[in-house]
Amino acid sequence: MWKREPLSVLAVEPVGAYVLLRVRRGGVDPGRPGQFFMLAPPGHVLPRPMSLCLAPSGELAFLIDPVGPGTRALAALVPGECLTVLGPLGNGFCLHVERPVLVAGGVGVAPFPYLSEQLGGPPAILGFRSAHHAEAAELVPHAEVVIDPVLPTDVLPRNRDVFACGPEPFLWAVAAHAPEAQLAWEAPMACGYGACHGCAVEIGGAYRRLCIDGPVLQLAA
Amino acid sequence: MGSPPPTPGRGHLLNASGCLDALAAPHVARQLDAFVTKTVTPLPREGNEPVRIAETDVGMLNSIGLANPGIEAFMADVLPRLGELDVPVWVSVGGFAARDYADLCDLLDGRDDVAAIELNVSCPNVAPPENEVAEIVAAARAATTKPLYAKLSPALPDIAAAAASAAAAGADGLSLVNTVRGLALDSELQPVLSTTTGGLSGPALRPVALAAVHAAYPVVDLPIVGMGGIETGRHALEFLAAGASACALGTVLFRDPEAPARVRAELESEAAELRFKTPLAARGAAHRRDGEEPLLAVA
Repeated sequence: MWKREPLSVLAVEPVGAYVLLRVRRGGVDPGRPGQFFMLAPPGHVLPRPMSLCLAPSGELAFLIDPVGPGTRALAALVPGECLTVLGPLGNGFCLHVERPVLVAGGVGVAPFPYLSEQLGGPPAILGFRSAHHAEAAELVPHAEVVIDPVLPTDVLPRNRDVFACGPEPFLWAVAAHAPEAQLAWEAPMACGYGACHGCAVEIGGAYRRLCIDGPVLQLAA
Repeated sequence: MGSPPPTPGRGHLLNASGCLDALAAPHVARQLDAFVTKTVTPLPREGNEPVRIAETDVGMLNSIGLANPGIEAFMADVLPRLGELDVPVWVSVGGFAARDYADLCDLLDGRDDVAAIELNVSCPNVAPPENEVAEIVAAARAATTKPLYAKLSPALPDIAAAAASAAAAGADGLSLVNTVRGLALDSELQPVLSTTTGGLSGPALRPVALAAVHAAYPVVDLPIVGMGGIETGRHALEFLAAGASACALGTVLFRDPEAPARVRAELESEAAELRFKTPLAARGAAHRRDGEEPLLAVA
């Protein structure tokens, strides 16, 4: 069950082009890999959805790509400030697979450190737009890094249980190679718990609310 | 005042239509005195193409486009499950002509699990109904004996006249206000929303909504559900003072699903601090001057 709680910021650490926002866990459950949390940037009307990146003892950590006003406000938090967190939300990854491989595009790497830990460190293929962004690969063990114009799908092995996260075109490309892949989608989201219908993504000819139908969905399910 | 509110439900705190899915978050709905559904239309609607939401400096835009399963599936699948929540249910209905509203009201009229019907005649994200507000209210009135609330747009040129006209056509109450059309541009100066514009809600809407309630109160002798950017008990109290008999929470629910319980507690203490026996005793206070009797409704 999700919970909403103000949590104290412990650290905001640069990781290449991204930042790792670490907060005290408080009474919030870290949930399953692939589930997400709504983080409320100070001074903003809407919270922002972020999948959990790491769950060290007593902490929750989120990988933020500071590209817009909300994510920049999250990246500008300083230790000791308060961040209100709601979660865990949505459906995470199913971990009962035999030959996992993790495939990410850009900040889609965010849920993989936690997922990798839970799966015992499977191989990962991480695609980034620059070497600076690719520094985030240090968070994921056994990672093969590719940088534009090489794409993760160019080196994706066959006959693996694929976990993928990244922008929508990337997920469609992965699904073309691995129709049964578990895909973690992203979309603008106002609430995270089914209230707003803002996060609809067209999958299989119908709109799905990512917050309660996903964010992890299989096209071939 | 201080008597039970005239609005159908247990008290004076509701949600704004489209801002809560009671089946996805029943414990949030149970904090309310009545739950207002997302607008239901005659036929199913997938809703608008994404991107559907955008944040602005002091508000948000939405262009969901009345996504809903249609009245048939709603009545068969959704309404019975809402009935199990033990919260009075208001059904918001929408259409594209007065006939649609009449048909929807006719179908809902016999349902004991419907406490009231809200006529959404003001969605900024779909084509406007062909008929004027009064025609829609009159058509709905002829189709049902359920309490009928007309939800009006703050963009109407004369909200008081529209309120009076809805009342004359048979509305039992007013919901003030819906969102107002707005535009957000991205970093490349292109519209964020797929539909270009969307409905603005949140703090930016609050003074606009408050003015609408304040304008409607003296001209209609009806309950008014005030909504638009309410985030705190103080905000809710201001809507009551302007003339609302109940308040609805919208955008704040996205950020804070516990807002109903918090706002309710804040409202009680804010009202007490200003020496009102109950929050509802503050209804119309913004229309009174020192030494004057409360302004009576004149419609």
